[in-house]
Amino acid sequence: MAQLSYRDAVAAGIAQEMRRDERVVLFGEDTAAAGGVFKTTVGLFEEFGPRRVKDTPISELAILGAAMGAAMTGLRPVAEIMFSDFLACCWDYVANEIAKTRYMSDGQITIPLVIRTANGAGSRFGAQHSQSVENWAMAIPGIKVIAPSNPADAKGLLAAAIRDPDPVLFFEHKSLLANKGEVPDGEHVEPLGKASMLRTGTDATIIALAAMVPRALKAAEALAAEHGISATVIDVRSLVPLDTKTILAESARTGRVFTVEENPRLCGWGAEIASIIQEEAFSALKGPIIRITTPHVPLPSADQLEDAVVPSVARIVAEVKRGLGRTA
Amino acid sequence: MSVTRQAHPAKSAAEIPEATRLRLFQLQVEIRHTEKRAYDLFLQNLVKGTSHLALGQEAVAAGFAAAMNKDDYTFCTYRGHHHTLARGASMVSVLGELMGRQCGLMNGKGGSMHLTSVEHGVMGSYAIVGAHLPTAAGAAWSAQYRGTKQVAVAFFGDGATNIGAFHEALNLAAVWKLPVIFCCENNMYMEYTPISAVTAVKHPAADRAASYGLPRQVIDGNDADVVYSTARDAVAKARSGGGPSLIECLTYRHSGHSRADPAKYRPKEELEEWMKRDPVALYRARLLVAGVSEAKLAQIESESMAKLDRATETAKVSPTPALESAMTDVWADGGNAWRN
Repeated sequence: MAQLSYRDAVAAGIAQEMRRDERVVLFGEDTAAAGGVFKTTVGLFEEFGPRRVKDTPISELAILGAAMGAAMTGLRPVAEIMFSDFLACCWDYVANEIAKTRYMSDGQITIPLVIRTANGAGSRFGAQHSQSVENWAMAIPGIKVIAPSNPADAKGLLAAAIRDPDPVLFFEHKSLLANKGEVPDGEHVEPLGKASMLRTGTDATIIALAAMVPRALKAAEALAAEHGISATVIDVRSLVPLDTKTILAESARTGRVFTVEENPRLCGWGAEIASIIQEEAFSALKGPIIRITTPHVPLPSADQLEDAVVPSVARIVAEVKRGLGRTA
Repeated sequence: MSVTRQAHPAKSAAEIPEATRLRLFQLQVEIRHTEKRAYDLFLQNLVKGTSHLALGQEAVAAGFAAAMNKDDYTFCTYRGHHHTLARGASMVSVLGELMGRQCGLMNGKGGSMHLTSVEHGVMGSYAIVGAHLPTAAGAAWSAQYRGTKQVAVAFFGDGATNIGAFHEALNLAAVWKLPVIFCCENNMYMEYTPISAVTAVKHPAADRAASYGLPRQVIDGNDADVVYSTARDAVAKARSGGGPSLIECLTYRHSGHSRADPAKYRPKEELEEWMKRDPVALYRARLLVAGVSEAKLAQIESESMAKLDRATETAKVSPTPALESAMTDVWADGGNAWRN
């Protein structure tokens, strides 16, 4: 096992797939020579050259449109949209073109591509460079949605996304990029559509995604150490396909479910999960499912304000305690 | 409005072999017949939804299709029946799709605006204006990367020239020197509004070419010989690594924007002028002058009509899609599962 940062694991995942499959190409704004503004593609231009690793103009429509055209004619493009907020500039491709063309063509066309994008808060960039938009993507039939929380998953899930025959929107979280973790040596591929059980408890089930996962784990530790509450923590990892089997089983086991979501409140991913749990595991629930989310506001810039709105360890602890009726 | 014939570098029509010219005529006739039939089928309520006919724009489709190789890529707009037919999709598969039948190109799952026939190089028809231009550039990039010498052609209307995707695609194609041809079918109206009323330049596509380092090309889009020879040159340029082309074809739709549009906003004189320049009638007259017999032309026309009649009857009796098919082919595995 090697210790890799999340950002280096992203590059390692792409490199692993580019070495094994000549059809894989990588492109985006500042992605090639500069190694990416988040340094998630460092070394790839040097290893694979300008034919396979390309810089594009600031043209999000052209980036996703070209990725789509390349994917439908035999390549396996990995396209980078620098900040996930910019997906709004090219949402037509995500929502109308890439996700729907296989269906509309009655299966004549397949679009095996990956859209990588930097998602989430923590960098004090304000409302247009800090959003968590995974729930936007989840609402569209025809696109898979992945958001890893650690370096091993960043590499393994990205490799699986590149191998997948369907379009995948892959969210890399900005505040996790410097985090280091163990990444298996050699070829590493993690299947899409599997949640990860990170901790098993008896009193509560905490379901989290991306940057909320390490916070949920810390909260679970604090709940155990300071309040005698034993919590399960599930890393969803894959919103589409969704591992409802794990989520339902673990929700039923404790009967108390909490989601921790960085996306704003309305129609966040946890709302769908809560809906599924109440519909299919209602009798196992011992209380309401509680969603811990960023409130329904645009993200502010100042560090105190940003920290105040995005779910924190302290807020998760407080909400779980409150939900379980613990006042002390 | 009259069409100003522009000087263009293509070889004279006389150099086009007779077999090719007969093919150009046949394609135009088949498209004309099929589009009129599509309209009749609307009136019989056998075609639902909307449809955007290409009556009057047949020469563009015929000219390009005749200049392309079988494995080249076509990307259409929602006004794409003509290109889909010209690339070789059968009448029954096109009419069947319009009618929502199993014999349709996409089993009724796409409809008039999304005609797709990958086996004929028709990589889809796209109903968000401008969206398919970057996609065509991507297909061209893939061909360049794979070294296949394939060429991609994106057809679009004048209205698409004012949307961002047009400009992003042109720039990327020029920077990466992609084997892609952007063909603007300038039919003078973006939906119900004259393109001249909403565009800063006279020629909505060609006058933008210089922005991307491309030569300005405006051609008579109602002259199949001109379209064919221009397309042939652009295809040869793209195939030999010479990069993209932007071609503006002046043309005119004989009907409204869509089924819902009677096109009353167009001056009577303008319509009459353009009807005199009907591409199918013009081409027929030219072939007669060139020595093709009336009997030969009449034979092409009657064979087209007979084929269309058979196709119409086949489509009419084709079953409607199995209801289960609404749930298939979201994913590459053929299914729609988003959960386990």
